[in-house]
Amino acid sequence: MSDWPLWEVFVRTKGGLAHRHVGSVHAPDAELALRHARDTYTRRMEGVSLWVVRSADIVASDPDQAGELFEPAADKVYRHPTFYDIPDEVKHI
Amino acid sequence: MAEQARPHGAFDAPSDAHDPIRAGYVLRLGDDSLILGQRLSEWCGHAPSVEVDLSLSNLALDLVGQATLLLGAAGDADTLAFKRDVLDFRNCLLVEQPNGDFARTMVRQLLFSTWQHLLYQRLAVGTDEQLAGIAAKAVKEVAYHRELAGEWVVRLGDGTEESARRTADGLDWCWRFVPELFEVDAELEEACRCGLAVDPRSFEEEYRASIAAVLQEAKMAQPADQRPILGGRRGHHSEHLGHLLAIMQYLPRTYPDAKW
Repeated sequence: MSDWPLWEVFVRTKGGLAHRHVGSVHAPDAELALRHARDTYTRRMEGVSLWVVRSADIVASDPDQAGELFEPAADKVYRHPTFYDIPDEVKHI
Repeated sequence: MAEQARPHGAFDAPSDAHDPIRAGYVLRLGDDSLILGQRLSEWCGHAPSVEVDLSLSNLALDLVGQATLLLGAAGDADTLAFKRDVLDFRNCLLVEQPNGDFARTMVRQLLFSTWQHLLYQRLAVGTDEQLAGIAAKAVKEVAYHRELAGEWVVRLGDGTEESARRTADGLDWCWRFVPELFEVDAELEEACRCGLAVDPRSFEEEYRASIAAVLQEAKMAQPADQRPILGGRRGHHSEHLGHLLAIMQYLPRTYPDAKW
């Protein structure tokens, strides 16, 4: 419905992993937003836990400020943990 | 499913002739799920929003899945679903009622899913191993159906003037079909006696209290008791079921060799 607020949906795919943003749903309130999220995004066993949050409550960075926010990090390659050997068994790092 | 369908014959009687009481009881449960699943699938592409469309499709798929297992326990699922005529269906009259508007659909779902949930909780710990297994799988699905329908009835009943009026109309339409859910005829009595079936009267009080609680939260008045309409379990259906079957059975009846 066009007058329903938008909710962002986060799914934890299995225990130990973080919730990931997967999309959004419209719903009149929080309880139904959870149900809509369940019916829309976990129909194929994608999840063990769900979060929904009103899209309006998310504070986003300004794309116009992308330069000053993000570019200074681009030439500081020493901040990346690329100088370590990561064993194959270590996942999700 | 279609691979196993027998092309001809077995149009009416459940094929498990060894235990007609069991086959008859399982058929009732299977037909309830099948017909309500088909009804809900009519919403596909027509629901108030894409999210609700998916909710209703999920309910429909759960119910058709239950029907596949239950009809498979009563005989050959495809033959039973697609090659029986209207008089041979044993579903209750509530599930075959037309969808009406979204409010009526949700009222119908609440009235049926609450009953089905209370019944399946008991069947899941019953003596018939196969039936208990099917019920144990389905009871989680049905619990969700019951909660979802309850949440919608509360929001619609306690919503706008229009949604409250539509919910009241839906209640008015569906209420006369509730007594049939608790009717115990000779066939069901026999199935209860041999320990297979659950006597629905054993949870009628709990059912009434649960529905009353939802209606109270929805600020809806409970409708006055109307003259009950019975007969679905004996094959005396409303005119609506024939139309539903015509659509559901069209393809396998017109192209009996079709595979998918």
